[in-house]
Amino acid sequence: MSSLPLAVARRHRRGVRHTLDVRVSPYAYVAPFLLLFCAFGLFPLAYTAWVSLHDWTLLSDEHAFVGAANYATLLADGYFWNAVFNTLSIGVLSTAPQLVLAIWLAHLLNRPLRFQTLFRVSLLLPNVTSVVAVVVIFSQLFGRDFGLINWVLSWFGAGAVDWAAGTATSHVALSTMIMWRWTGYNALIFLAAMQAVPRELYEAATLDGASGFTQLRRITLPMIRPTIVFVVVVSTIGAMQIIAEPLLFSASSGAGGVGASGGPDRQYQTLALFVYEQGFTKFDFGYAAAASWLMFAAVVLVAGVNYLLTRRMRGGLA
Amino acid sequence: MRLRYLTLVAVVFFSAFPLYYSVVVASRHNSALAQVPPPLLPGGNFFANVSRVFDTVPFGLALLNSVLVAGSISVAVMFLSTLAGFAFAKLRFRGRNALLLVTVATMTVPAQLGIIPLYLLMVKLEWTGTMYALVVPALVNAFGVFFMTQFLSRALPGELLEAGRVDGCTTWGLFWHVVLPVARPAAAVLGMLTFMSAWNDYFWPLVVLTPDNPTVQVALSTLASGYVNDYVLGLAGTAVGTLPLVLVFALFGRQIIGGIMQGAVKG
Repeated sequence: MSSLPLAVARRHRRGVRHTLDVRVSPYAYVAPFLLLFCAFGLFPLAYTAWVSLHDWTLLSDEHAFVGAANYATLLADGYFWNAVFNTLSIGVLSTAPQLVLAIWLAHLLNRPLRFQTLFRVSLLLPNVTSVVAVVVIFSQLFGRDFGLINWVLSWFGAGAVDWAAGTATSHVALSTMIMWRWTGYNALIFLAAMQAVPRELYEAATLDGASGFTQLRRITLPMIRPTIVFVVVVSTIGAMQIIAEPLLFSASSGAGGVGASGGPDRQYQTLALFVYEQGFTKFDFGYAAAASWLMFAAVVLVAGVNYLLTRRMRGGLA
Repeated sequence: MRLRYLTLVAVVFFSAFPLYYSVVVASRHNSALAQVPPPLLPGGNFFANVSRVFDTVPFGLALLNSVLVAGSISVAVMFLSTLAGFAFAKLRFRGRNALLLVTVATMTVPAQLGIIPLYLLMVKLEWTGTMYALVVPALVNAFGVFFMTQFLSRALPGELLEAGRVDGCTTWGLFWHVVLPVARPAAAVLGMLTFMSAWNDYFWPLVVLTPDNPTVQVALSTLASGYVNDYVLGLAGTAVGTLPLVLVFALFGRQIIGGIMQGAVKG
């Protein structure tokens, strides 16, 4: 039987190939992801730290190492702290009412209801609209002279509000845009979590005579707390990075040009916009990179505090 | 009960009205905006305004760029995420859990943290001003991989894979004949989400592109940042640049919402 060793050899070869296929090929499947991810995701993150320790501008090819000098300058920079204040103010104004509203809307939708799809689609409609469109549309609505919002306010005797000019009014206008775009999206996330709450809990509560509001406070909120924590943290991270809205707001409310300063008095320049101004209008990359890192630190700090706060919270948010 | 419907109808109104009103303004003449009360119904000037948009900025080029960029990103993200998701969900290899953990962890790191080195990298590659700068970094992302991993570990039965192995399938054969058909619905949702976010992406394109070779969003922001406030022009552009997406959403809204809500529960 001369064919026997041949068959063994063939089986052996197939065995090697099989081992290769099982042991090694999984890496080939994740490789495209990992390579691109390292090059364009992780590398820039790490490199930001390196750039931030240098005097690094677009104009010169030499980048002198300056240690923590950029950070020291930043901490003494009034515009930086102004941006910190604006970010926190717009963040609170846009996120807190938004989440309460989103939970309430989800609560309303979390029952057998006609036109369920219509309601859901229209909740998500603002989220499909691009940031640019949102700001252009709302800048018109918030216009001082011919804006629809001032027209409605005039029914109640209010004078023409120059929304973009003041610190408080511009923060309200920007927060409105952010809320309009994200409330429905978060409502759907809450709704998904609410649908996983066992029905029997509500049936028992109804038998005991608990009102809808009591059920929301005593059953729904405690049951969906992990989702609340998740949404609060994600929204906080998002709110700390707001940039497109203020960047476009000054442009489309008549200040002219794409406005990196966040209004003539920097009344609505956010942290991310500050980074953009330093990096892409002044081309001071070292300083901008240091500001990015401080922004990241602020994100971690605020998101962490919110995480702990929401986790501690017992019973009702409302 | 009646209050609930009333509230929800109000929500529909507030969601839809700004979009409706933007079409009203876009179809009027600038002088009509100064009227009191303001116009609440569309006028007949829409196409004249749109043609003014095309005269002011290279909007045809912008539409073409956006379609190409968002289209190629979506296809790549669907394919590469399914590929990696399959490996993370169903294949055994050393370092799998650690890699997955790193992937998920970086989803929480603000993308803007890396924007300056990413820009410097694009300068070095001489990709600034080109669509490569938008497409290549976006070919795959952590969210897509996580999304497909979640879906496949739930929807792909191990027996199906074992049966395939017994029939002599290689891993690639399994991917092609077993995994892809199962993954199709989730990949479609991921593709739509990716297309929408690529179409709407503004900040990064603004940083790396120039106004003479823009995407739709960059062209819109150029329109909106004139020294004279021309709301009609800006909103006419917005209507043309947003309409395609609203159409897609109206057609597939149900599936997209399903995808978002599913991702939410698992995440």
